[in-house]
Amino acid sequence: MPSPYLPNTDTDRTAMLREIGVDSIEELFQDIPREFRNVQFKLPPPLSELELKEELRQLSNRNTNLEDYACFLGAGYYRHFIPSVVGHIISRSEFYTAYTPYQAEVSQGTLQSIYEFQSLVCQLTGMEVSNAGMYDGSTAAAEAALMACRVTKRDKVAVMSTIHPKYYEVVETYAKGHSIPLEKVESNLDGLPSDCACLIVPQPNFFGYFGNMEACVQKAHDIGALLIVIVDPISLGMFKPPGDYGADIVVAEGQALGNPISFGGPGVGIFACRKEYLRQMPGRIVGKTVDVAGQTGYVLTLVTREQHIRRERATSNICTSEALVALATTVYLATLGKRGLRKVAELCYHKAHYAADAISKLKGYSLVFPQPFFKEFVVHCPAKPHLINNTLFQESIIGGLDLSYILDNSMLLCVTEMNTKEEIDRLVEILGTFYRN
Amino acid sequence: MGHHYLLPDISRPDRIGCSLPRLDVPPSELPPEELLRQELYLPELSEVDVVRYFIALSKLNYGVDTGFYPLGSCTMKYNPRLHEDIAQLPGFASIHPYQPAKSVQGALQLMFELQQYLAEITGMNATSLAPMAGAHGELASILLVKAYHHTRGDKLLKKILVPDSSHGTNPATAAMCGFEVDTVPSDNEGNVDLNSLESMMNEEVAAVTLTIPNTLGLFDPQIAEISRLVHERGGLLCGDGANLNSLLGKVKFGDLGIDCVQVNLHKTFSTPHGGGGPGSGPICVKTNLAQFLPSPLVTKNDKGYTFTTPPKSIGRLGASYGNFGVMVKAYAYIRTLGAEGLKEVSENSVLNANYLKEKLKGYYHLPYDRTCMHEVVFSGKKQKAKGVKTLDIAKRLLDYGFHPPTIYFPLVVNEALMTEPTETESKETLDAYIDAMKQIAREADENPEILHTAPHNTPVRRLDEVRAARQPDLRWRMGKHY
Repeated sequence: MPSPYLPNTDTDRTAMLREIGVDSIEELFQDIPREFRNVQFKLPPPLSELELKEELRQLSNRNTNLEDYACFLGAGYYRHFIPSVVGHIISRSEFYTAYTPYQAEVSQGTLQSIYEFQSLVCQLTGMEVSNAGMYDGSTAAAEAALMACRVTKRDKVAVMSTIHPKYYEVVETYAKGHSIPLEKVESNLDGLPSDCACLIVPQPNFFGYFGNMEACVQKAHDIGALLIVIVDPISLGMFKPPGDYGADIVVAEGQALGNPISFGGPGVGIFACRKEYLRQMPGRIVGKTVDVAGQTGYVLTLVTREQHIRRERATSNICTSEALVALATTVYLATLGKRGLRKVAELCYHKAHYAADAISKLKGYSLVFPQPFFKEFVVHCPAKPHLINNTLFQESIIGGLDLSYILDNSMLLCVTEMNTKEEIDRLVEILGTFYRN
Repeated sequence: MGHHYLLPDISRPDRIGCSLPRLDVPPSELPPEELLRQELYLPELSEVDVVRYFIALSKLNYGVDTGFYPLGSCTMKYNPRLHEDIAQLPGFASIHPYQPAKSVQGALQLMFELQQYLAEITGMNATSLAPMAGAHGELASILLVKAYHHTRGDKLLKKILVPDSSHGTNPATAAMCGFEVDTVPSDNEGNVDLNSLESMMNEEVAAVTLTIPNTLGLFDPQIAEISRLVHERGGLLCGDGANLNSLLGKVKFGDLGIDCVQVNLHKTFSTPHGGGGPGSGPICVKTNLAQFLPSPLVTKNDKGYTFTTPPKSIGRLGASYGNFGVMVKAYAYIRTLGAEGLKEVSENSVLNANYLKEKLKGYYHLPYDRTCMHEVVFSGKKQKAKGVKTLDIAKRLLDYGFHPPTIYFPLVVNEALMTEPTETESKETLDAYIDAMKQIAREADENPEILHTAPHNTPVRRLDEVRAARQPDLRWRMGKHY
């Protein structure tokens, strides 16, 4: 059977080969030395659309999905409500089958939506400029660290110890390229090296609670370092944006803004900074301009920072990024708007506090950190978290992240607007069964 | 007409685009005032406002579904609808990266098998799916090079060689990893100049990065010689797999002496480009480099599938496991086509490119008149002599309803028109494009003004890029603070 994706028929091929002046397709591969040519592949036999759909449906059913379970797992990837509008807009194939908008005249849809994305990110974070997005929150943090080294001409990076451990690892990978050392500093900022390019601080942090950002800004700026803040973008519906307390670069994982978790990818790295650092920014940037007839239009701009122009002197090697995810984020923020985002943040806050309050009243449980938090909190449990999670799982609940490797018998729980009171009550009830006198 | 208003222009106080549930728990005390946001300025729109606004924007775009998109080096092939449906199954879209491995065995199996398929297709021994785009895979490659030499105690190695026809990401990646970059010239045939390579290949060179076939769309027949030269002098040979679409079932990178190569799933394996991502850039390596692969890998044991970290891993490239949603689509593509189907993909992509080359070479200068692979690079220099630039040709193509080829790249060709038809286009489509290109060549002779002023019937005309860069207007503002 011919493939539906290959329109050339044998008749077409014969006619085309005649025009080219060769007898067979094989002749077109003549530059490949004969000893390397026509290898054998061991791949499974082809499947029809019907068969493939069925096989992959069955494979997907071997995964426990968060639509069938109550989920209290977060740690950087969050289940939030996604209005139907988002999926429908990004399914417009004029958006998803286009590529990077090199030909601006036929890419105004993508370009204008990126301009909207940049604007919304700035409004949300309180920063002056934003790029079109990085791969994910962690690589945005890593690129921010490298950018801070370029801006300050220093080559040491300080990271607050309350950062997401996987973000730390990614920053480490990127820093390795330039042999840039990383220093972990505690929340009291004692031991912050005076020659570091930046201080990277999460707000709220990996454990869910808020730190004293004014102190971080002060300390970082006193030594001439930039302050890089990693935020939860949903929290900004309710909590102070980093621009208000003087952050220099803000990064975030944008998945929570209208995207399914999808096993952790694709997401999108939000990246915003102060205007004075614009020309050191990595990634694509869209600007507004006019055409020859004086009409408003949008183009990729400040491209002399980028690899396809500047090659080894580029600010980053990034090319293809996460444009469609950024579009989903744009549609999400437009749909929720001012009231919607605030409401989502408030629902998360109150539900998480309701859950934390109930759990901390259970015998054997306590909140590990007393500081204010948003939607995640760490509880000390009377049993091994993985045993608790096993039981929860049998009751169709995905429990929290087991933190016993760093905090004895502790678990990081996350509550969002997706969790109903019934789900939370059920969680609390099951947790209550683990206390033994 | 473009689209003259932005979200704030259609925002009205008290509108909202979705409904949210009421609070079903007693409210808690709010945190201290100093943590709270004073005012949030975001647009306020109804749902219908949002839909109409973005649908209007979508109509200003040109995608593969709109028509022929021969953007060289980007492999803009048709993206099967089936993949979209599969990636949206809740068992794929709605799973958390940190949920217990036992509860995501289907996802791990898919990743495990995709690792194996890609290793098989490229002729390599191990694969990490962690990189999230081609350039991210290149970053992994060069970090592997660094780790490999570090482990061996090689101290002097500070250079990466890249051919002058290479993608900009190659030198940018090398620089990101702290290497100096030297450029190897091409010879008159469009191949690597072997004499230059030989003289440049000294004890300071850690690796050579080679795009195969190269960005001129040519397969360098001296590949075995290049590989021997690089390896004899202690270097590694890194492939840039961006052009894999022409090689499926025809040749394997591993057989050519490539030590590591990234594969762009969004190109060869037909996952949609999304206006600039998401992509996915898995890296495939030989056994000697497997211990350095980025974390994590999926391995299989008697209990099932699990994530592992290679012993000397270069580390983590993202907070999860790569762009899983893209992997699902690439997996579906491989399973749909099988070995024979993939081979036909490459054969037809090469056939289509050579057909374009033969039909148009009388009208546009062909700098390297030899059999090409998946793409053909013309030069607009004949037209340039008459005052018509390649940019004009590209813009005029828009008037004819086609997306232009990649222009002014590779840098080694003046006024380059890098044309990649892909296998998903029919002879009729190619013929229509050929007719348009011939017509444009005639216009360049007879009526060059129409090219200088093109495009004429697009949503906007040529845009002032200088103004955009000199007076950056990168956002709108709402509210007093920002």
